[in-house]
Amino acid sequence: MSIPFTTQIINLLASILLLIAFAMLSQRRILSLIKLFAWQGLALSASTFVVAYSTAQHHLYYSAALTLLLKVLILPWLLHRLIHKLNVKWDVETLINIPTTMLVGIVLVIFAFNLAAPISQLSESITRGLIGIALASVLLSLLMMITRRKAVPQVVGFLAMENGLFFAATSATHGMPLVVELGIALDVLVGTFIFGIFFFQLRETFDSLDITHMEKLKDD
Amino acid sequence: MDAVGILPLDVLGGVILLWLVLGLFGLVLQNTPHLISSIIFPLGAIAALVVAGTGLWALGAAPSIAVLPLGLPDLPLHLRLDPLAAFFLILLGGASFGVSLFSAGYFRSMAGGMLALLCLEYHLFLASMALILVADDAYMFMVAWESMALSSYFLVTTDHAIPDIRKAGFLYLLVAHVGAISILLCFGVMQGGHGIGAYTFAAMREAHLSPFWSSIAFLLALFGFGAKAGVLPLHVWLPEAYPAAPSPVAALLSGVLLKTAIYGILRITFDLLATQLWWWGVLALALGLITAVFGVMFAAVQGDMKRLLAYSSIENAGLLLVGIGLTVIFHVYGKDALAALSLTAALYHCLNHAFFKSLLFIGTGSILHATGERNMGRLGGLIRKMPWAAALMLVGVLSISGLPPFNGFVSEWLLLQAFLLSPGLPNSYINMLIPVAAAVIALAAALAAYVMVKFYGIIFLGQHREKALEQAHDAGIWERIGLTWLAIVCVVLGLAPVFVVQHLDQVTRMLLGHGLGNAAAGWLFLAPVDIERASYSPVIFLSAVLGVMLMTALGVHRFYHGRLRRGPAWNCGFPVQNARMQDTAEGFGQPIRRIFEPFFRIESELPSAFDTHPRYHGRSDDRIWFALYLPIKSLTEKLSSRASLLQHGRIHLYLTYTFATLVVLLAFV
Repeated sequence: MSIPFTTQIINLLASILLLIAFAMLSQRRILSLIKLFAWQGLALSASTFVVAYSTAQHHLYYSAALTLLLKVLILPWLLHRLIHKLNVKWDVETLINIPTTMLVGIVLVIFAFNLAAPISQLSESITRGLIGIALASVLLSLLMMITRRKAVPQVVGFLAMENGLFFAATSATHGMPLVVELGIALDVLVGTFIFGIFFFQLRETFDSLDITHMEKLKDD
Repeated sequence: MDAVGILPLDVLGGVILLWLVLGLFGLVLQNTPHLISSIIFPLGAIAALVVAGTGLWALGAAPSIAVLPLGLPDLPLHLRLDPLAAFFLILLGGASFGVSLFSAGYFRSMAGGMLALLCLEYHLFLASMALILVADDAYMFMVAWESMALSSYFLVTTDHAIPDIRKAGFLYLLVAHVGAISILLCFGVMQGGHGIGAYTFAAMREAHLSPFWSSIAFLLALFGFGAKAGVLPLHVWLPEAYPAAPSPVAALLSGVLLKTAIYGILRITFDLLATQLWWWGVLALALGLITAVFGVMFAAVQGDMKRLLAYSSIENAGLLLVGIGLTVIFHVYGKDALAALSLTAALYHCLNHAFFKSLLFIGTGSILHATGERNMGRLGGLIRKMPWAAALMLVGVLSISGLPPFNGFVSEWLLLQAFLLSPGLPNSYINMLIPVAAAVIALAAALAAYVMVKFYGIIFLGQHREKALEQAHDAGIWERIGLTWLAIVCVVLGLAPVFVVQHLDQVTRMLLGHGLGNAAAGWLFLAPVDIERASYSPVIFLSAVLGVMLMTALGVHRFYHGRLRRGPAWNCGFPVQNARMQDTAEGFGQPIRRIFEPFFRIESELPSAFDTHPRYHGRSDDRIWFALYLPIKSLTEKLSSRASLLQHGRIHLYLTYTFATLVVLLAFV
């Protein structure tokens, strides 16, 4: 059984996406984390482009361009600027040590593939089998948000999670309507702005970006 | 009349917009507060008068319908102006005209920023109430209902610097939201899963629900709207929120907002639900009676004048509910003439209460301005300092006491007629219940008069109880205009019942399919059933009273003139009379407190006979608060303290919750 060339490329890009997700999970430095995030965005944009080409759906070209613009250029730039202003280039502290996190991550990937198997059987689209990857990268990003102590990596985790969701949308259903995609893109952008403001507030209040300080906000 | 192609609904839409614009203008003018009070409020009042006029116009016209291009996609907003809505619009416009004019004077001394916000919320409040009345789908209704609740919450908490007022506002908001949820569920039941188009009232009228689901819908409506009207046991917020609110706001809350709740019950029971069941009527009747007696009993023992009026509002809500219950019973058993009579009585009472209660509430505002005192125990003798307010409030007091020829008498008389003229209904239990209910109504009416004697007597008659009252000044010009308008309407409603009842016929015809028919014997006599059985002519009554008074005055003038001797009155052995010898608010309510002792939770401390500085302290509290609300409160607190175990303040744990939930859902669903 020969697989069409485009599908092979998409599969390749999907695996890159998953690999980057793992890389982000293990990355200790914030700057590299943001770079990885940009690369993940690029992979996503490329895969969307290929899906658009192979299925000849024009609106997917727009969303590929949008992804490129937003996730590869604007958001990393915003995050860079934020880090510069906050002066937080130090290492990322994790709550659980990295090898354990990776092991948990592998379990999650197996879980996600297992879960996605029946859905992929149903799917008629050329990109079937990728739902597992998408789901895995969502779960991995969520794991990353849980295990990081500082606020900035958590935001990167949040954005990466959105990448996974977006990938699921393009791979399983050939993309959402453009209106929805525009809406989500705007949400992500606004969300990042809000996080940025939140960082400054956090630093002003606690003199640190360590979110464990927020335990004090609990109402007794 | 429709030659120009303008429908009443168009005019109304324009006025609602105007109110919103006026509110926004208030914000713009916050640096010139005198402009807000002397331009925006009077303009709002004129708009209110237009609303009343539109209502009167629409009462006779065919229902007009509009679909607004606003709202969510595929969920346009529907409006409809039918006689029922028109009637309540007259009420809204008429009462708020007076209250707005009064506000123009009342809020004069308020700071600019606060006044601007108040002006915005005040007009938003009026606009949302008008929208409730013309809403023709559940979505529009709920949006307007919630805007009304929120804007009135902010109005209630105008003086939010005072902790008690914040507490009262919170209680109000809480009950309002519990009620709103119930109303939402009620619409959900009536929509009955017929798809997205079924949220309009037109679709609900067509959906024939089974008796079970109809009953559920009715009970939810009774609960939800009852919470707004102050029906037992959801009345606790009224005596807190009304005194907390500025007087004109309290007037609107009691005079108009309470009526929107009655409107909701009428709309759902008679218009949207196709069939009624007899036990609904019995339930409403019983609840109404309990509420009425409870309200008036508590009104009798209050020392704060606004709390007293708040409890009196609870009583009146009870009477309205009694009228509605009676209508349901008669309607179900096919006695449509009697159903029309009791509905007419209920509607008439709505109208009356809107005017006389607004009058009394804004009157308390004038007193508050003049003296800075809400406690009746520190007032007294104000009739000499505030002749205008005293004379106009006397009209309100006589009306609310149900004395002819004022308006309160007409509606209570009609209601009692409906009770007394009821022939044998097929259900013998109800037959036995109704005379008892009539007796209870009579009791409530008599006690209401007692309460009003206390209210007026303690505040206006006798001597000043405090030195500071010497400096009290009368109501200002705007305040006088507002009071006068409401007083005039009270008198007109009392003197022209034939005219009013003829117009109410449109509403009863729409709701029951049966009007009161020829209720009037000529223009002079109101005879709801038969001229042989009972008739009432306020004009003749008034002429007789005036005649007797004139004769007496003439007689006195003729035979006693010149031999008049002024001496100290009633000084049987007391050479000195001072203010401390007068009956107090506490003392006046004492008999009621003794008679109905089991219903109150009384705390009192009596001083010992040898105390050189005797102090008396007494409190009568509501048993329902302790028996029902405090347990609910402690249960809620217990549950939320359990729930707060989940709160650590650690984002990682929260994210782990999310993560675990996601994984579990993915794995098992």
